[in-house]
Amino acid sequence: MFNFYGDDISAFQIISLILYVVLAPFAGGLIAGIDRKVTARMQGRVGPPVLQPFYDVGKLLQKEAVTVGRGAQDFYVMCCLIFMIIAGAFFFFGFNLLMVVFTLTTASIFLVVAGYSSNSPYAQIGAERELLQMMSYEPMVLLTAVGLFMVNGSFNVENIIGNEVFSLKFLPGIFIGYLFIITIKLRKSPFDLSMSHHAHQELVKGLTTEFSGKTLAALEISHWYENIFLLGFIFLFFANGTWYMAVIGIAAVVVCYFLEILIDNGYARMKWQFTLKSAWIMTLIFGGANIFVLYYLRGYLWLAA
Amino acid sequence: MASYITKSPWIIHYDGSSCNGCDIEVLACLTPMYDVERFGIINTGNPKHADIFLVTGSVNEQNIPVVKQIYDQMPNPKVVVAIGICATSGGIFRECYNIVGGVDQVVPVDVFVPGCAARPEAIIDGVVKGLGVLAEKQAALAKGVRDAEVPGAYKYEEAAEETAEAAAEEIAEEAPEAAAEKAAEERKEEEAV
Repeated sequence: MFNFYGDDISAFQIISLILYVVLAPFAGGLIAGIDRKVTARMQGRVGPPVLQPFYDVGKLLQKEAVTVGRGAQDFYVMCCLIFMIIAGAFFFFGFNLLMVVFTLTTASIFLVVAGYSSNSPYAQIGAERELLQMMSYEPMVLLTAVGLFMVNGSFNVENIIGNEVFSLKFLPGIFIGYLFIITIKLRKSPFDLSMSHHAHQELVKGLTTEFSGKTLAALEISHWYENIFLLGFIFLFFANGTWYMAVIGIAAVVVCYFLEILIDNGYARMKWQFTLKSAWIMTLIFGGANIFVLYYLRGYLWLAA
Repeated sequence: MASYITKSPWIIHYDGSSCNGCDIEVLACLTPMYDVERFGIINTGNPKHADIFLVTGSVNEQNIPVVKQIYDQMPNPKVVVAIGICATSGGIFRECYNIVGGVDQVVPVDVFVPGCAARPEAIIDGVVKGLGVLAEKQAALAKGVRDAEVPGAYKYEEAAEETAEAAAEEIAEEAPEAAAEKAAEERKEEEAV
């Protein structure tokens, strides 16, 4: 078997692809459950059971279907879910990182369109804010892919993982920048502008205000898929083909997610202006400078071009 | 298929005309002291996400459409819990000219939680009682039966008409001439319309 580059496809790639499609929702839901439990403990509460997100989605699937806009909304949200699964599938298949980023963007755009498709002002303002959030994080996501390419000489996830380079050594700025924007992607305070997991936002439920029942469940599941491969990006900074770095990479993912929960509980929601400015400043300073240094030092480093 | 609705009841809370005492007690349920999220209960601000409609305070002429609209926007199965004596019967505001009475005058209520103000423990108890109703409605929905209209619900319109008639009679008894003039004016207005 060959992929688009004419290289051999390993059994490992196919297994990881299947494992992703089947297990990612379970892992993502479990992470969401642990997230809620840890958040509750941080606030001095007992918190819901760890399996609570599964109960929530199970309930939503059983609720009556109420759709706004003659079914268009459901269509867009299902597209969001499907493209999210495809984006993650590219990632876990070891395919091109740029392709992952662009498919992820497509999925996000479908979500925005779903928000716009209802005439609810809450959903529409939520959709506008989602667009602003995309503007904020997108440059850094691309720079992450570019940085990993410059260090590993390939955009393919398979090669980045297999390459003997410990990427974080050359990409500390990119890593910090990515950690910053993943706060937006994971919808954590202070950047949960378009929709919040916490109740009583000024926009009711923002982008998701008009979604209910199965549609909302589909959106929740797409978040679970998304979170898994977004955390996978963190793993890429550590992976160098050895088992112990793989373990360290997974530990790093856990530590980073804990940091995100801490930030979520430590900050109030900011305005979109702050989100946009801070994200772009972080992108320029940490991401841009890192790429700049890499570009001029590549002769001194042994980096493959 | 197992029913998950009792494990994940999401709430929308609306405060009608009241002193806000029950309103504050509902919010107290979310604090670390009571922590209703233990039961998977989330206070969503959104009727489309909600399973349980908590109403505090009595219903007046101004907020009848608000209560009805929130109720109508909630997808089935859904449960209404009236919190506090005002939401149950109108409470001390019952005799006010603008009050139509408890929430049951506008939407079908499944659980009544009396009290002034209702204690957080009582509110949680009421919601948990509502879960039983919710499970029954879920089972009915699975068989294709939508939330049946409760007989006597939406009777506020009738009640309002009766009140208006009684008031008109009273005026007619007290001052027949004034009432006749008023009636004549009203007829004129109607013709003009």
